[in-house]
Amino acid sequence: MDLKTALFNYTLRLGDTNLILGQRLSEWTGHGPFLEEDLALTNIALDITGAAKSFLEYAASVENKGRTEDDLAYFRNDRQFFNVQLTELPNGDYARTIVRQVFMDCFDFYFYQELSKSKDETLAGIAQKSIKEVTYHLRHSSSWVERFGDGTNESHIKAQNALNELWQFTDELFEMNEVDEVLIKEGIAVDLSIVKTKWDQYITELLNKSTLSKPENVFMQTGSRKGVHTEHLGYILAEMQALPRMYPNAKW
Amino acid sequence: MEANKFEEVFESKLAKNEMVEPKDWMPENYRKHLIRQISQHAHSEIVGMLPEGNWITRAPSLRSKVVLLAKVQDEGGHGLYLYTAAETLGISRDELLNNLHTGKAKYSSIFNYPTLTWADIGAVGWLVDGAAIMNQVMLQRTSYGPYARAMVRICKEESFHQRQGFEIMTRLAFGTDEQKAMAQDALNRWWYPTMMMFGPPDSESPNSENAIKWRIKRETNDQLRQRFVNQTVPQIHYLGLTVPDQNLKWNEDKKGYDFSQPDWVEFKNVISGNGPCNKERLAARNKAHNDGAWVREAAQAFAKKRKEIYEAA
Repeated sequence: MDLKTALFNYTLRLGDTNLILGQRLSEWTGHGPFLEEDLALTNIALDITGAAKSFLEYAASVENKGRTEDDLAYFRNDRQFFNVQLTELPNGDYARTIVRQVFMDCFDFYFYQELSKSKDETLAGIAQKSIKEVTYHLRHSSSWVERFGDGTNESHIKAQNALNELWQFTDELFEMNEVDEVLIKEGIAVDLSIVKTKWDQYITELLNKSTLSKPENVFMQTGSRKGVHTEHLGYILAEMQALPRMYPNAKW
Repeated sequence: MEANKFEEVFESKLAKNEMVEPKDWMPENYRKHLIRQISQHAHSEIVGMLPEGNWITRAPSLRSKVVLLAKVQDEGGHGLYLYTAAETLGISRDELLNNLHTGKAKYSSIFNYPTLTWADIGAVGWLVDGAAIMNQVMLQRTSYGPYARAMVRICKEESFHQRQGFEIMTRLAFGTDEQKAMAQDALNRWWYPTMMMFGPPDSESPNSENAIKWRIKRETNDQLRQRFVNQTVPQIHYLGLTVPDQNLKWNEDKKGYDFSQPDWVEFKNVISGNGPCNKERLAARNKAHNDGAWVREAAQAFAKKRKEIYEAA
């Protein structure tokens, strides 16, 4: 695999993961459990969708075939998306949204710290900007995991159920393939094994502090690096892409 | 001080254009009027998140998605300042929300109309926020301090929203034939409901007299409506769209347009719960609140435990 193909694919992976997570989070807008939390979640969706836009813009410029970030977002099908499957799962109740979010925020927190050292200046720049935002996101989701774990009996059960259901999708965050190999050699991509160690440590401590149990011996799901997803992604794209596909010649 | 002394101080503040602050004495009907108006305004911001939020997941470009998210977040923020301003008058957020959820309190009935196409997001920003600004600009100098200060910030953001809405309309109106038709259709559906936002004609508006004396309002419904039409018609012409009113005509004598009144029977019906989305909006607010109950309880239980640990240490 040549460097350009690897960089395009890598940047798409980052763009898609942010895009689909932002899409899911924004479903909460106007429906949050109370106003302050509604605002916080919308704000996080905004940051994440903003990051998606930056990554997809860069992917389009790396590809250099005249496509824009919107072409990439709105005119690819589900087999051409590389977001981790965790992001596309339905929001469920608030515990499930928060547990998914803490997994992603913690990943991003350590991932962007590494990516900010990338030899690719654009990726490093997006990472630097994102670190500030993600630091706040992680504080937000972690504090809710603690509240749920050590709040009421009901919230504890809901949080533990969410952990048990979502854990099988966490390994995918750290999968590396040829794309990573090519780019790590050049000092562009992040060695995800470094992120995994830190992620494990943070999540283990958080769950302990929150009186929640870390699921053990879970069979891990895989697929997104090859564009294989859950059934949910097709519906997300059908909704998100409807308008540009209905009027392909229109500019918005 | 005797009661009439308090009243004198209050009246002299109004006369001198000074602000009334939360700890100042105020007549009971002034307090009631403000609670009603500020909370109605807060509820409108929160309910207004629903028709606009309806298009976030379907925004047709990443830029427009980010902009719409930011806008809806602003509306929620406005709700928050306004609830806080209302609380300074001695009513709790729980009570205010309960009034909304049980249908006791009103919110702007414009949000009981559906957003059917992407052009509606343009129309809501351009027309609805435009009309809201016209109503609200005068409130920056209203007599109650916390309300006036909240409105300064809100008005700044609302004029940004109005430009955003107009930008969406511009792209559509100068886009493909299908986009232009979408823009015209949205204008047709939002024109009269927007005109209703200024309230019933002056001859039938029971709240105006005191409101003007207290500087809670500075212009009448009909004056504001006229100003809105005068301002908006040239924008519609610029977009190359048609005002959905055959009676619209420039009147040189009054230096303004003559125009048709909206359907006030429809207005009364929408206000009293019979609009196309009243039940859905209220159901959505109730569902969010009820589904969120265990989240709020968990947060309270956790805070209580932490406090006990802290106090024991």
